[in-house]
Amino acid sequence: MSEKKKTTIVLFSGDYDKAMAAYIIANGAAAYDHEVTIFHTFWGLNALRKDEQIEVKKGFMEKMFGKMMPRGADKMGLSRMNFAGFGPKMIKDVMKKHNAMSLPQLIEMAQEQEVKLVACTMTMDLLGLQQEELLENIEYAGVAAYLADAEDGNVNLFI
Amino acid sequence: MTVDKVLDAKGLACPMPIVKTKKAINELESGQVLEVHSTDKGAKNDLTAWAKSSGHEFLKHEEENDVLKFWIKKG
Repeated sequence: MSEKKKTTIVLFSGDYDKAMAAYIIANGAAAYDHEVTIFHTFWGLNALRKDEQIEVKKGFMEKMFGKMMPRGADKMGLSRMNFAGFGPKMIKDVMKKHNAMSLPQLIEMAQEQEVKLVACTMTMDLLGLQQEELLENIEYAGVAAYLADAEDGNVNLFI
Repeated sequence: MTVDKVLDAKGLACPMPIVKTKKAINELESGQVLEVHSTDKGAKNDLTAWAKSSGHEFLKHEEENDVLKFWIKKG
């Protein structure tokens, strides 16, 4: 069999809808038998946060950042029509009606399909996020590791 | 035509029909036929494109009371 094609996605956004788009494409690409990498940076890292509070040593700024950012994929807001949290509630209702997968389910499915989930360590430091606070079975890397995947990628997206 | 496996993907939304189809076809041998049922309007274009790119043969499709049926032969 010929070498597998590659898809890489940079998830920069911390919006629920945009992260959904990223994870739907990632799951589709995995079904296409691509080797798929999602590189999470800045607000996109919140998609990888565990939903419970984890005790870790942090400075004041890091603690503030941690409190202000959504703790996990399910708590992310919408890029449009967020309406202080009512938007996500409405869209989740509609999604249920149409049998669409929720973002946490899409992330679980991606892990099941062996999509490589990568957290950017530089922005983890900036936002004060530590490995203990993020999901299990993800990788930690920087721009060079992303580029190594992207330079022979057939599909490269920035979301 | 003998059908070796039937996949019921009715009611599932994108990207599940394609993810499930891929899983189902992984369990077949080359030359065997998979029948897929879906209610997703995009499924026809999705499955034809996917079959072509993944080296499977899209045999035919039928529509029956809003249910789309597809037959794909594993390559």
